[in-house]
Amino acid sequence: MIANPSLPALAVRALRYQWPGNPEFTLNLPDFTVDREHSLFLHGPSGSGKTTLLNLLGGVLRPQAGEIELLGQPFSAWPARRRDAFRADHIGFIFQQFNLIPYLSVLDNVLLPCRFSPLRARRAGDPAASARTLLAALEIGGELLARPAHALSVGQQQRVAAARALIGGPEILIADEPTSALDAGRQSAFVELLLAQARQHRSSVVFVSHDLRLASRFTAVRELPS
Amino acid sequence: MSRWRFLLPLAAASAWNRRATLGLTLLAVILASTLLLAAERLRHDARHSFAQAVAGSDLIVGARGSPLQLVLHALFRVGEASGPISWRSYRQIAADPAVAWSIPLALGDSHRGYPVIGTNGDYFRHFRHGPGIPLQFSAGRAFAETGPGLFEAVLGAEAARQLGYRPGSQLTVSHGSGPLPSASHQDKPLTVVGVLAATGTPVDRGIHVPLAAFTALHLDWQGGQPLPGLQIPAEHVAKFDLTPHEIDAFLLGLHQRSTVFSLQRRIAAFRDEPLQAALPGIVLDQLWHSLAFGERLLRGLSWLILALSLCGMLAVMLAGLGERRRELAILRAVGAGMPQIAALLLLESLLLGLLGTAASVLLLAGLTSQCAPWLATHWGIVGQSPWPQGDELPLLAAILATALLAGLLPAWRASRLALADGLTPRL
Ligand SMILES: Nc1ncnc2c1ncn2[C@@H]1O[C@H](COP(=O)(O)OP(=O)(O)O)[C@@H](O)[C@H]1O
Ligand SMILES: [Mg+2]
Repeated sequence: MIANPSLPALAVRALRYQWPGNPEFTLNLPDFTVDREHSLFLHGPSGSGKTTLLNLLGGVLRPQAGEIELLGQPFSAWPARRRDAFRADHIGFIFQQFNLIPYLSVLDNVLLPCRFSPLRARRAGDPAASARTLLAALEIGGELLARPAHALSVGQQQRVAAARALIGGPEILIADEPTSALDAGRQSAFVELLLAQARQHRSSVVFVSHDLRLASRFTAVRELPS
Repeated sequence: MSRWRFLLPLAAASAWNRRATLGLTLLAVILASTLLLAAERLRHDARHSFAQAVAGSDLIVGARGSPLQLVLHALFRVGEASGPISWRSYRQIAADPAVAWSIPLALGDSHRGYPVIGTNGDYFRHFRHGPGIPLQFSAGRAFAETGPGLFEAVLGAEAARQLGYRPGSQLTVSHGSGPLPSASHQDKPLTVVGVLAATGTPVDRGIHVPLAAFTALHLDWQGGQPLPGLQIPAEHVAKFDLTPHEIDAFLLGLHQRSTVFSLQRRIAAFRDEPLQAALPGIVLDQLWHSLAFGERLLRGLSWLILALSLCGMLAVMLAGLGERRRELAILRAVGAGMPQIAALLLLESLLLGLLGTAASVLLLAGLTSQCAPWLATHWGIVGQSPWPQGDELPLLAAILATALLAGLLPAWRASRLALADGLTPRL
């Protein structure tokens, strides 16, 4: 029922969100959609609500008005428990930094989504093998796999995070400024790798950044006004 | 289901990652629950071993005074004697038709800290402990009381073991008790002829000698001092009448327990001298009753200390939430729901509770076996099992439940952390 490929991956309608106890900021977002296997570059100045929006898209926050539909499902209308389950099954997340659980090994970090979602474990086939393949494609291999995550460089951490977001082929990939902790040279390389893997897994991408130089590689660009 | 199964190893790995702080918390929990269990065990063992020791006698008779003092002195050799009673009174009461058996007791001497009890063969025939168990010899026989067997002694199991005596060993009795007795009966050594099997009561610490020997030891004594210029050697004591003039107390067993109160009244009304007859069970009940407040206080304090240690755990866990924001946000992002995050935190407090109680059970078992001889020697408390039993099991469960309860607050707090809290690096 979920995989109706004709419906957009993500559709937002007249979204409004205000943090409790913080009346100064309101996120207002008119309609926008991201089609299946497309990639959206979302940019805006710091404090414009990008991270807030991604929390809403991930179902951790609930909008006060408007709707979010994911894969044609009335996601934002669901109770928290169902949103959690949906997130585990269909969404991969990459954060700005500190993506990994520091005391788990690289491999265990990548396998985390398969622990919480039987669906993604099933789609990954052999999760450990799938994790190795993904990590290899993102140029992480060898003895790095068994290393605790805190012993990686920031660039390596972001690539491991990408592998974790992609394992089990979630339909939606959400990345919150994943390149902001990388130096300029590595930024474009990372985006390149990420988008290639997303294409291969047929995931739709919502990529947030304040750095417009990366926008050209995406199928659509939106700005979040401050 | 499988989303839950992963939580336990994750909680363990996370706790291990913070082992330095959690270790200290765990230590506090261990010590507090050990204290709580120890207080409970001490209370239980004291009651049990006192009850075991008094179970066999229907009445304890002595000079009029405090019944508690009489029972403690006669059966536990704790505290002061309540004063002597005459042999004639003893014979008269022992001849009462309601009386099935009687055991006279002369106390006050000691050997290297172990109490010497002057008594007769009825002691070994009639004394009962616990649920009516008679005394048994693990080696040798009862003392002979007369003739060449006058200076013979039968040792309780503990006394024999600690002193290293066997049948054939010789010992001399000191006048008075305590670590530094005033004078000794060195001229009249006693020979060990028997060792009793362990009973778990103060009998185990006793050195039992014939009343006649007790009298003979004190022939050339008066008022607790050797008579100057008078020395009666052991060979000559047989020429004297060794029937004691006085004893300290005697135990009575009745044909029918229902006659106990009427006999008690008859003894209280005894004309020749002021006597009292105490029902040991009732006296102990009164003792426990008067100690109840202290027990409650001790238990209350132990709970308070446990509560403090759990507050420490709570503080550590809540403070840990600050540094775990990221970790929890990541788990939320990869699909953990709020109930699972809460479960993760609860698992941690459960883990601490389990480790804490398990370690305290081990610690207490070690302590119990280490302190057992000391408790038996100084307090007459004979421990039972080093492992938790009876009331301690619900207590363990209560400690565990309290630890879990203390984990509720961090669990609730953690489950409310928004994903966003972990996403934006904050100062
Ligand atoms: N947990 C929170 N509670 C209250 N206000 C918040 C919280 N997180 C973010 N905000 C506010 O929401 C606004 C948008 O923040 P954010 O979504 O992080 O912006 P961006 O990611 O674009 O920099 C800011 O004004 C910030 O102060
Ligand atoms: Mg942000």
